[in-house]
Amino acid sequence: MTTVAEKLDTRGMSCPLPIIKTRKAINQIKCGEILQVTATDPGSIKDMASFCEQTGNRLVASNESANGFVFLIEKA
Amino acid sequence: MSDTIENIADNTQLDTWLNSRLDELLPGKLQQIDASRTPSMSIIATKGTLDWAYPPFILASTAAALGWEVDIFFTFYGLLLLKKNLDAGVSPLGNPAMPMKMPFGPQWFQDYDWPMPNLLMAGIPGFEKVATGLMKKTFRNKGVATVEELRGLCLEADVNMIACQMTVDVFGFDASEFIPEVTDFVGATSFLPVAQKSDVCLFI
Repeated sequence: MTTVAEKLDTRGMSCPLPIIKTRKAINQIKCGEILQVTATDPGSIKDMASFCEQTGNRLVASNESANGFVFLIEKA
Repeated sequence: MSDTIENIADNTQLDTWLNSRLDELLPGKLQQIDASRTPSMSIIATKGTLDWAYPPFILASTAAALGWEVDIFFTFYGLLLLKKNLDAGVSPLGNPAMPMKMPFGPQWFQDYDWPMPNLLMAGIPGFEKVATGLMKKTFRNKGVATVEELRGLCLEADVNMIACQMTVDVFGFDASEFIPEVTDFVGATSFLPVAQKSDVCLFI
């Protein structure tokens, strides 16, 4: 089961802030740990996938909830 | 292929052998090289108004977040984006594609695109100040960072900011007016080799 090591709330923020804040948060956690990001920017669905592909981190989950989009990223 | 170099008699045979080995090894090697190198981007920022201040800083901060190496060469009006006191404004005059919408009031009011004749924009004192204020408010409402914030994020992520020495001289600026993080004051001759080696090169 995946346990979330750190949570980041980027709701209300527009591009490029969610990605930049995600990068900063990823830098703070250890390899193998999971970062949970919540966002409302509709562009973040594709942007977060692209960010993970570019940076080599693993996008474990990408879901839409009542609170916005929720992403789980495992640091590589 | 079981042949070794010692028992390959002539060059033609050697070439064939080399070719087939290269075909086998090269794709993997190239992929390896490609995966291990850091992508890079060079931006030439030439405009200093509020609307045009965003693209270079958004692209640069995003690229830096992706782990890319980024250099921005600020020239002409772009130099104003390096000022300690960043005071970028916007003019709808001569900017016909700019939507003129109000960032407050009921939705139907916000959705309305105001027709603004040039004569009106040119004639009313303070029109640009109002337009600048409205644009800043629109951006704030939509959760967009300010230009100052984005510049700060770029600097934090080690984006190299380079000023064009010639335009600094032409406009009569002094180095002390710019943020101390400006890495260099150089000419096109110094920046072009950087741009030449970068994967993405943009003129904004």
